Amino acid sequence: MYREICSKYAPDKDNLICILHEIQNSHPQHYISEEAVQTVAEYLGVPANHIYGVLTFYTMYSTKPRGQNIIRLCESPPCYIKGSENILHKLMTLLDIEVGETTKDGCFTLELCACLGVCGNAPVMMINNDVYGDLTEEKVEEIIEKVRRG
Amino acid sequence: MKFFRSHVLVGINETSIMAGVQDFIKALRLELAKHNLQEEINILETGPLGFFGRGICLSVYPENVNYQDVKLEDVTELVSEHFLKGRPLKRLMLDDGGKFSPKLNYSDRIVLRNSGIIDPENIDEYIGAGGYEAWEKALTQMQPADILAEVKISGLRGRGGAGFPAGVKWGFTAPIDAPQKYVVVNADEGEPGTFKDRLIMEGDPHQLLEGTMICARAVGATKAWIYIRGEYKLCIDRLQKAIDQCREYGILGKNIFGSGFDLDIFIKIGAGAYVCGEETALIESLEGNRGNPRWKPPFPGVEGLWQCPTVVNNVETLANVPFIIQKGAEEFMKHGTPECTGTKVYTILGDVAYPGLCEVDMGTTLRTIINDYAGGMKKGFRFKAALVGGAAGVILPDKLLDVKMDFSSLNQYAAVLGSGAILVMNEHQSIVDILWSILRFFRHESCGKCAPCRNGTQQLYRLISKIKKGKGTMEDVDLMLTIAETMQQTSFCALGQSPIMGVRSAIENFKDEFIAITKK
Repeated sequence: MYREICSKYAPDKDNLICILHEIQNSHPQHYISEEAVQTVAEYLGVPANHIYGVLTFYTMYSTKPRGQNIIRLCESPPCYIKGSENILHKLMTLLDIEVGETTKDGCFTLELCACLGVCGNAPVMMINNDVYGDLTEEKVEEIIEKVRRG
Repeated sequence: MKFFRSHVLVGINETSIMAGVQDFIKALRLELAKHNLQEEINILETGPLGFFGRGICLSVYPENVNYQDVKLEDVTELVSEHFLKGRPLKRLMLDDGGKFSPKLNYSDRIVLRNSGIIDPENIDEYIGAGGYEAWEKALTQMQPADILAEVKISGLRGRGGAGFPAGVKWGFTAPIDAPQKYVVVNADEGEPGTFKDRLIMEGDPHQLLEGTMICARAVGATKAWIYIRGEYKLCIDRLQKAIDQCREYGILGKNIFGSGFDLDIFIKIGAGAYVCGEETALIESLEGNRGNPRWKPPFPGVEGLWQCPTVVNNVETLANVPFIIQKGAEEFMKHGTPECTGTKVYTILGDVAYPGLCEVDMGTTLRTIINDYAGGMKKGFRFKAALVGGAAGVILPDKLLDVKMDFSSLNQYAAVLGSGAILVMNEHQSIVDILWSILRFFRHESCGKCAPCRNGTQQLYRLISKIKKGKGTMEDVDLMLTIAETMQQTSFCALGQSPIMGVRSAIENFKDEFIAITKK
């Protein structure tokens, strides 16, 4: 499977970031496994430690399995002054997890991230590819419920 | 061509998508059809309308009525009142029944001149608005040296932060005799509170492409890369569509317009690292490496992407170029001040009445921007401070509200201008708290390559956390200044050199607050 994704790109090192994105997106647990790292290393002809270095440098990649839905709450100043800390606490109680953890049912992973560029609607979070803004504690509850139901 | 009685422009951006704009458009079409108005009223999906922040926004022409925060349930009333009876629906109008109307200065705009007016996904509309005229002129009527001269005369300075003259930057790369040169567009907008580049790309992606093309021609580059944040999904889609349309029309490709010049543009997606906004870190990332900055010199203009001469410019910088070539440097210089020509795009956030974006001449004061374009403070709030320029920015008190916003007037604070983020804070907000948030951001984003930044960002965060808890002393405050100053002098790249901006401006302008919170 990983080999198939690789072969869509020319075996040049500069395609690494795109390949890693695609591998991560295609995995149901949204992460890049050791096996994937090995495959990409062989395909591109670069050492596995280079790939691991890149992978751990950028915040969008994960080396650990994650939930079906990834919540990324913005913690940058514009969201912070609009109360993102309250939203974070609400999410942690609601999901019963700490930042970086996954719920027991594997449904959600909670992460923090830097500015998403939707500051007009601070505080903001992304769940997978969707942006949710003007968050309040009540709104967060509704959103989580909605996503959980699919 | 078909003629319509009215055109309804619907702003499609992250904000309105969030508010359900797609369902809204469907409902609006159905309702218009119900009254048999589909041949009279045209619905146009466009980019950000120039005012935003509140849900779904519409502009109706030729009446020139702006609506905001329109909901699905308003569709019936809107159609029957405005489009059937011809009475604009006061309740939803942007100006709150005439109390305030944010300035929509379309005639004075350069970068956002088409944004909110044309359909950004349709190349014909861009061409209809005079698009690609400059590109054709640059290819068929001008020599690369002429383009370079025009941009130099215009005085266009980089809109990414440092304000380096674009023409001079291009001038390093142009004369080099190399088998391959590149143009790289820096669309890795990561400065907190900044999203002007997102709005430029969402509203008018073709203008950015055209600017990139002209730059490529001027320096002799045949390939260009747009390095864009992975989170900017809508921008990525729109730019890719725009590039595909250009290839189809022969605006990109081989032997463009029979000039013998070849050019293609590609998109590269980032993976979330603030430091990649630094041009050499961005180049590293493009090559498939960790985004650690490189030693300068050699500067990218001489040795950049894959060791080839490379011009790296910000989105807003390049989006200015078509205007300069099409209308001439003279026309461009009518905007702004003699030292800082042209306009600047700002995003205004926080406790103002109308958070939004605006494009104003360089040199406009912060007070004018807040009062005339954002409607002043939100009702019931008093101005305390503005964080200008995001995390790498400065915290300005009210006594500095009349400072002119241009690279020379802002002097020591000039680097903050590029990002164009203005975050307004009310009297209840704590400066220590906002500085804590800024320093937490830097601690996370330091790339770890050099010791001053790697250790300095950690220590600054430790100290501000201590102060925030009420456990710090004024010695800790002084120590923060010393650390930040040392970082400014010794860090490898602009990231480590930046925390001093926030630290110094917070401590200098709001010393009382630090005295109040620290132990005696």
